[in-house]
Amino acid sequence: MTIGTKFLLARYADCALWLGRYMERAESLARILDVNLHFSRDSRGTQNWRSIVQLNADEKRFDKAYDVASYANVVHFYVLDRDNPSSIVSAIRSAKENARALRPTISTEMWSHLNVFNNSLATLTPDDLKPSELSRVCATIKEQCQTHAGITEGTFFRDQSWYFCLIGRELERADQTTRLLDIKYHLLLPQDQRVGSPVDVSQWNALLRSVAGYHAFRREHPRGMSPKQVAAFLLFNMSFPRSIALCLSDIDAHLHRLRSGFGLRAGSTAMELLDETRAALGGHTPDTVIQYGLHEFSDYLQRQLMAIAAAIRLEFCGVQPESDAP
Amino acid sequence: MGEGADLLTAYDRQGHWCEVLGGDGAPTDHAPMVRDRLGRFSLLELVRRAEIAERELYNLGITFTVYSERDVIDRILPFDVIPRIISASDWDVIERGSKQRVTAINLFLHDVYHEGRIIKEGVVPAELVYGNAYYREQMRGVAVPHGSYVNVCGVDLVRDGSGRFKVLEDNARTPSGVSYVVENRHMMQRTFPDLMEQIGIRPVSDYGQKLLEAVADLAPSAVTDPQVVLLSPGVYNAAYFEHVFLAREMGVPLVEGSDLFVENDRVWMRTTAGKAPVHAIYRRIDDAFLDPEVFNPESLLGVPGLFGAYVKGNVALANAVGTGCADDKAVYAYMPRIIRFYLDEDPILDNVDTHICREREGLEYTLANLERLVVKPVGESGGYGIVIGPRATREEIEDVRAKLIANPSNFISQPMIDLSVCPTLIDGMIEPRHVDLRPFVVTGQSSWVLPGGLTRVALRRGSLIVNSSQGGGSKDTWVLEA
Repeated sequence: MTIGTKFLLARYADCALWLGRYMERAESLARILDVNLHFSRDSRGTQNWRSIVQLNADEKRFDKAYDVASYANVVHFYVLDRDNPSSIVSAIRSAKENARALRPTISTEMWSHLNVFNNSLATLTPDDLKPSELSRVCATIKEQCQTHAGITEGTFFRDQSWYFCLIGRELERADQTTRLLDIKYHLLLPQDQRVGSPVDVSQWNALLRSVAGYHAFRREHPRGMSPKQVAAFLLFNMSFPRSIALCLSDIDAHLHRLRSGFGLRAGSTAMELLDETRAALGGHTPDTVIQYGLHEFSDYLQRQLMAIAAAIRLEFCGVQPESDAP
Repeated sequence: MGEGADLLTAYDRQGHWCEVLGGDGAPTDHAPMVRDRLGRFSLLELVRRAEIAERELYNLGITFTVYSERDVIDRILPFDVIPRIISASDWDVIERGSKQRVTAINLFLHDVYHEGRIIKEGVVPAELVYGNAYYREQMRGVAVPHGSYVNVCGVDLVRDGSGRFKVLEDNARTPSGVSYVVENRHMMQRTFPDLMEQIGIRPVSDYGQKLLEAVADLAPSAVTDPQVVLLSPGVYNAAYFEHVFLAREMGVPLVEGSDLFVENDRVWMRTTAGKAPVHAIYRRIDDAFLDPEVFNPESLLGVPGLFGAYVKGNVALANAVGTGCADDKAVYAYMPRIIRFYLDEDPILDNVDTHICREREGLEYTLANLERLVVKPVGESGGYGIVIGPRATREEIEDVRAKLIANPSNFISQPMIDLSVCPTLIDGMIEPRHVDLRPFVVTGQSSWVLPGGLTRVALRRGSLIVNSSQGGGSKDTWVLEA
């Protein structure tokens, strides 16, 4: 008798992809909010909450609902606002709804944990997000996302949906890193201040800490810290989990596994796009990227990532481009 | 607590039959065992464990889901930790009686969709069947594998004041609730291992495999390795948890209508590797929504062309299409006669005495005893339109009298049943609450009954209504080993 392991419903593949994406998105957002609170001040010495809105390209939606980019507004927008689809509560709710559709394939532990996590977020109030509390809340959210990752690693049956989930996660990770690079690099480029001044270093610290990369960077570069080094680390490092190069390499491995391990013939366009992107990345050095323009290159990477995601959804899941996320 | 006292010392079954203690002069054999077991707990400890159990059900998402515009609300079916216990000998009656009923229903369905002998011989009135909203003319002459129409049947039982089980209703379309049976057991095993140890309790955990075997039995015989799927209306359905539960227990894909398509009268599902064949479908959507080309054209839940593939024998559906004309209240009244007609046996499980108002005697008796009877319209479900004589106002009685005279065939009447009770934890006290029982009969080539079934309990004092929408909960149901 055939059971459900030999193949995967196309709809499940799409849901798994988005489960991976939403969880990563929530974790990433929690990191950015936390780091911004603690480490990041712009070159005028104030915390720049607007930059988070810019980072996520949410200016339009934010400005419609809020008058100023104050601490309280931005944090509310990104943590509690159910009308904002990229808030943490929305991301976790979406993750849970995808998990609900995937309940036949994911482990009971995964579902149960996500269910409890989602319910606990629903009890958060603006009062829990006061500056004195935000860091603790962000830490809890991060931990819960990491717990999810751990439970998933330990219990998720390694059928196709596992690989789609990982691909979703890596796509989101790469996307988040490109955004961070793009926006932060420009915001943090020294203007009237000398490179290497104390504020400047704290900015780069913050950027690295927001991707959990400060200590990793220090292992590669025990001394000094230049914008170029940080950018190169986030783009090219093959050991750092959130670098573009490693994310792309992981996506490539997962796609190969799907095609060779499960005999799937779909995914050729996605593979081509991925090869092209990796070749473009491999063709650069830290110097040439800066010469080319970091903004332009981040932009290119983002477009490629979107195209890869769309190709995977179309080819494996039969989802037409421009379709909404489930 | 005093010497010799236990948790049930202060419990008063208030004259009703009690599932733990028994009735007047008829104590159950298991009463001492239950008293002894419960006696190991303080009331406080029972309450504490009940709270743990409730929280766990919620966290595990053993819930039904209510969707509003903004929110997704998961609700649990309230769970009572004091189990309902069925002796081996009582179970023997229920098991044989439920199988007998399903056998008769399957013969009845085959008959009404083929030669119609039972109608020609005047046992069941033709319009009762052919005028029934759930009768499907499209099924006439369609061969169903093994003549097995009702593959999952929920037989709703109640127990009267003298301790006799009686059938209240047959559920022959898409009965639900079995996931709670299994999950309640798992919950008890986790929360009360000490209460259950060394008691021989019939297991319930193989339901999924039994169901899979039964559904696979129905697949086209040429297919050696049939692909079974569970067809659900999707995540927005209140019973979605149960669909997930069953798909997992059966190890089959949980599909929605949009995951399937029909090509050349064969059913396929959309997978990441392209199309894959489907041979048998345990469907949890109603007939009307199965195939918009044949039934409700507005249906978005179904699969266009599915019925064509079914009629050609390329795919099996469990339950078969058109079973609803056998579980309706009017047909129910004829069930003892239906059993005798096909099996030449007396019913093992009695119906609740039912007066068929389309028959002169039944109508006369009903009109003469309205104050004492429960009058039910035959076409309704979910308790709508029921008039409970002893609790009705004079206006309500006169209103139903007029309706009865105007359209007697639309009604049946039954005496009020003194529903049995079970000790139940209510606000930190143990009190009697009314219960019913829904055993599940799974039928492919042959029938199997899940030992026990769903015990629903009316948590409101005095209430006879066990539905979850009206304050009902559920209990673990123990069938004791012989």
